[in-house]
Amino acid sequence: MQNFSYISLVLIIPIVVFAITGLFGKKFSAFSGILGTVGMLVAACLSYFAAYQYFIVGGRADGVYPTIIAFKQTWLQFSPNLSIDIGIMLDPISVMMLVVVTTVSLMVHFYSIGYLHGEERYATYYAFLSLFSFSMLGLVVATNIFQMYMFWELVGVSSFLLIGYYFEKPSAVAAAKKAFIVTRFADLGFLAGILVLSFYSESLDFQTIIHRMMDYNSPIFHNANTASFMGLSALTWALCLIFIGGAGKSAMFPLHIWLPDAMEGPTPVSALIHAATMVVAGVFLVARLFPVYSQVPIALDVVAYVGIFSAFFAAIIACTQTDIKRVLAFSTMSQIGYMMFSLGVAGGYWGEKGLGYSASMFHLFTHAMFKALLFLGAGAVIHYVHSNEMGDMGGLRKKMPITNIVFFIACLAISGVPPLSGFFSKEEILTAAFNHNKIIYAVGILTACLTAFYMFRLYFMIFWNKSSVSHHEGEGHHGEAPFTMKLPLIILGLATIVVGFIPFGKYISADGSILESEFHLNLAIIAVAAGLLGITIATAFYMKPSEMPAKISASIGSIYNSIHQKFFIDEIYLFVTKKIIFNLVSAPAAWFDKNIVDGMMNFISVVTENTSDGIKSFQSGKIADYVLWFFAGVILISLLIVFAF
Amino acid sequence: MNLSFLILIPLLTLIGIMLVNGKTARVVAFVGSLLQLGLAIFLLFAYMHERGAGNVSSVLFEETHPWFSQWNINYHIGVDGISIAMILLTSVVLVGGVLVSWKMEYQSKEFFFLLVLLATGAFGFFISLDLFTQFFFFELAVVPKYLLISIWGSGKKEYAAMKLVLMLMGGSSLVLISILGVYYYSAVGGVGTFDLKKLGTIGFSHEIQMFLFPMMFVGFGVLSALFPFHTWAPDGHSSAPTAASMFLAGISMKLGGYGCLRVAMVLFPEAAHAYSPYIIILACIGILYGALVTVKQRDIKMMNAYSSVSHCGFVLLGMAMLTKTAIVGAVLQMVSHGVMTALFFAVIGMMYERTHTRMGDQMGGLLKVMPFIGTVFIIAGLTSLGLPGFSGFVAEMTVFVGSFQVQDLFHRSATIIATMSLVVTAVYILRAVGISLWGPIKNKEFELLPDATWNEKLASIILIASIILIGSMPFWISDLIAKTTETLFSAVIK
Repeated sequence: MQNFSYISLVLIIPIVVFAITGLFGKKFSAFSGILGTVGMLVAACLSYFAAYQYFIVGGRADGVYPTIIAFKQTWLQFSPNLSIDIGIMLDPISVMMLVVVTTVSLMVHFYSIGYLHGEERYATYYAFLSLFSFSMLGLVVATNIFQMYMFWELVGVSSFLLIGYYFEKPSAVAAAKKAFIVTRFADLGFLAGILVLSFYSESLDFQTIIHRMMDYNSPIFHNANTASFMGLSALTWALCLIFIGGAGKSAMFPLHIWLPDAMEGPTPVSALIHAATMVVAGVFLVARLFPVYSQVPIALDVVAYVGIFSAFFAAIIACTQTDIKRVLAFSTMSQIGYMMFSLGVAGGYWGEKGLGYSASMFHLFTHAMFKALLFLGAGAVIHYVHSNEMGDMGGLRKKMPITNIVFFIACLAISGVPPLSGFFSKEEILTAAFNHNKIIYAVGILTACLTAFYMFRLYFMIFWNKSSVSHHEGEGHHGEAPFTMKLPLIILGLATIVVGFIPFGKYISADGSILESEFHLNLAIIAVAAGLLGITIATAFYMKPSEMPAKISASIGSIYNSIHQKFFIDEIYLFVTKKIIFNLVSAPAAWFDKNIVDGMMNFISVVTENTSDGIKSFQSGKIADYVLWFFAGVILISLLIVFAF
Repeated sequence: MNLSFLILIPLLTLIGIMLVNGKTARVVAFVGSLLQLGLAIFLLFAYMHERGAGNVSSVLFEETHPWFSQWNINYHIGVDGISIAMILLTSVVLVGGVLVSWKMEYQSKEFFFLLVLLATGAFGFFISLDLFTQFFFFELAVVPKYLLISIWGSGKKEYAAMKLVLMLMGGSSLVLISILGVYYYSAVGGVGTFDLKKLGTIGFSHEIQMFLFPMMFVGFGVLSALFPFHTWAPDGHSSAPTAASMFLAGISMKLGGYGCLRVAMVLFPEAAHAYSPYIIILACIGILYGALVTVKQRDIKMMNAYSSVSHCGFVLLGMAMLTKTAIVGAVLQMVSHGVMTALFFAVIGMMYERTHTRMGDQMGGLLKVMPFIGTVFIIAGLTSLGLPGFSGFVAEMTVFVGSFQVQDLFHRSATIIATMSLVVTAVYILRAVGISLWGPIKNKEFELLPDATWNEKLASIILIASIILIGSMPFWISDLIAKTTETLFSAVIK
């Protein structure tokens, strides 16, 4: 057992940087970027060292990688069994995530020095970036499901703050609110799932939960599996509810609507949060609880079908978008769909069946690299042309040679062209799907073709198509991009080429043992062919200016329009929230409170006042009145006596 | 340590305020409240030390002096974990309230006098172990509100002040009747008693419990914004001057919650069980309905006032669930909401003073003009919507986990309904942030507005520090409350 206690520094550094830049950043604004970057560099080096120590030096014990608790402290005790612990758990997937998060975060920190140069709220930006890095790192090393939920909420709020970074733009404000509220809605599912799961497993600790739920003979497992509500067992409910949380964060259909709008944030933020790290938190959550999920086929099926549908759905929409970042947003959603259904088709926990699990994590890893690269490249393009619209771009390959090359590499990677990283991970996913469910496999291949098409549509429209964009000629325009922006592009470009050769199955597999994935040549050929087909179509349509795309979209008019409008899902949500919740629930409730509940109180006071008005003449103080009343009383009583007796 | 100092210091402060002239009154009030805060922190450590030394009696630092011996009324005080949490809350809010009123011009001497008087009542209430004394302090904490609102308030202040005091008095009268009932029924062969400790061991018969519990619970519940007796809260909070709103929502509403929990449920455990489903229903209505009504408010002070109704619902929900964890959650929620809402009202007051409007849609872009105040508003909002790291999260999650431990469909549905308010809360908070702080600056005049002054900064920092202290290290306070809960509610907990 090695000493991993230094890992806590990986979390401590970003939060300290956050505190410093948040509190004192205004005074030395320029310094905050360097401070953040250096801090993240140290954190990244520590993570690499930890990965080296964990995978290479430490190695396996009894054939599996051990789970190491580097740190654990009770934070809040609910009851003797249930407590929130704050801790650091190292196992293959969390070590991998540490590497992913720190790498991409470091690249984004460095890139932002150039990208946000001269911004007024530069220090605030770095403070939020550090806060995000801290929260995300805390999420991936969580030992306790409630710890994960806490950091889950924290990444949500960092995302909210960063999307709203340009807070003077109304569209950014709306997008930030939408992102937070939609994911929060999904988090209700997560919370309810935690409540159910913790009640039945009598623990909030990941290891304990997994241990108990894997033990078929224990009364706890028996209870969770037999207690049923509306036909489903408690365990199924818990896992499906938790998955809702994951689906919200990972922008799965129908909770995806926030992701495209989230592109209102600064582009490096999109690269970090909305492409590489936060949005895969949902995948990570399912992977973290995968041993439990693998006990419940229904829950896994839900994961698989939601994943594949989102992958396909997003790919279709991506083909019609014209905003460069929105295309990438939908492509992110689609790729996360791949990771999700890959987990879903990993039907079992042991051996070859767990291929989907390993493939999903592999894709998460490679996707983080090439998608961050795509976003940062897109950032460089936006920085250059000052527009997000693909129509304003074209012919940039000569002016932005480095961006052109790395973007091209990333497009090839996401399209699954060998020998780039995306090929290996996607091929594994499709193989896993082929072994488990042929329908999912077929849709997966189709989506791969669409992916290649829209990515190359994007690539050609930016860098080829029109001969050259002229509107910046002769203005003494700044060059391609500053060095701080180029270097991350080059590093990520190299990573995109290299990381595919990592034998992932050796390190990360569902049961922890070495997964010898067979290479199926036939399946690989089909997958690559699908990708190449997409690329070919895109080349034909978009490499040179052409009338074809417009003609095709015109010929399927209304269908095209509904795809372009993202199938009107946003409008449906808007209808439900604005019309139904606001106007049909909230407004009447406010009226009811003002007029009925409060009206009752006012009514009581009015009655009191009127009564008092009515009887106050009895107390007028005039002797004559009293005499009158006195005689009236005497007469009344006499009459009573006379007639009654 | 001598607990009477907790009453003595505010009393001396009151005398000091009377003796000095207008400008110095605030200094006296500030020094007095700081001393009180220091004393409260000292009390916390003294209490923990005693417990650490193995003192297991249910209340510590007891003190008894006969007051009206022929009716067996005593000045009997003592503290346990729950009351210490409340005392800390009260002293923090008091310091914050004095600081934000620093620039009070009109009749400032009287203002600070009433403010400290209110606090005196609250401190006395939280340490009393004699029902009569407790009721005395309870009333002391109600009456000054009328003056505070009707003299220094804004908007429909006379109406709001009158409504508030009448409704709270209505509640008080119910409490008084039930206290007299307790006194009468406790007289087994001799004179009755008001002593809470003794009463806790008597064990009233089922019929008496069923008769007295609703009166006492509703009586205190009015103060804790129990649906449908919550309507004093929005009007009262929104019309009151800033410091009074902070007190009203931060402390007064907690007097109600404390009374329901620490008095009604301890004295009548059987009735608490019998009535708990009804309380849960009312609490759930309060939580969700309060949140939904909040969404429609344009006035941000009104928004926070209504959101208090929703948040206080968690207090009632937690205690009515009758599990240890949920009760701890209820107390945590009282503390958390107290500090959070005080901060919220403070910052809303700062915005109102500068912009002279409370309508969110007439503001806009204020974060750019006043970054400090804007940031405080966002922090208060994030606490309100239960962000981890701030106190609200700890309290709400404790309530949820505790509630879910009751294994039947009714309690679980109630828990799930309550969790839904988390989304609604996010909606109105983010809406307020988006509309008043973000976006373009709507009013050109606002571009020149100054940011927070030193006193406002200090008040905000003290309150935020308390929020973060609970939110990032909840174990100490949760532990403090949990130990007391276990002993105090052994008869109640399922």
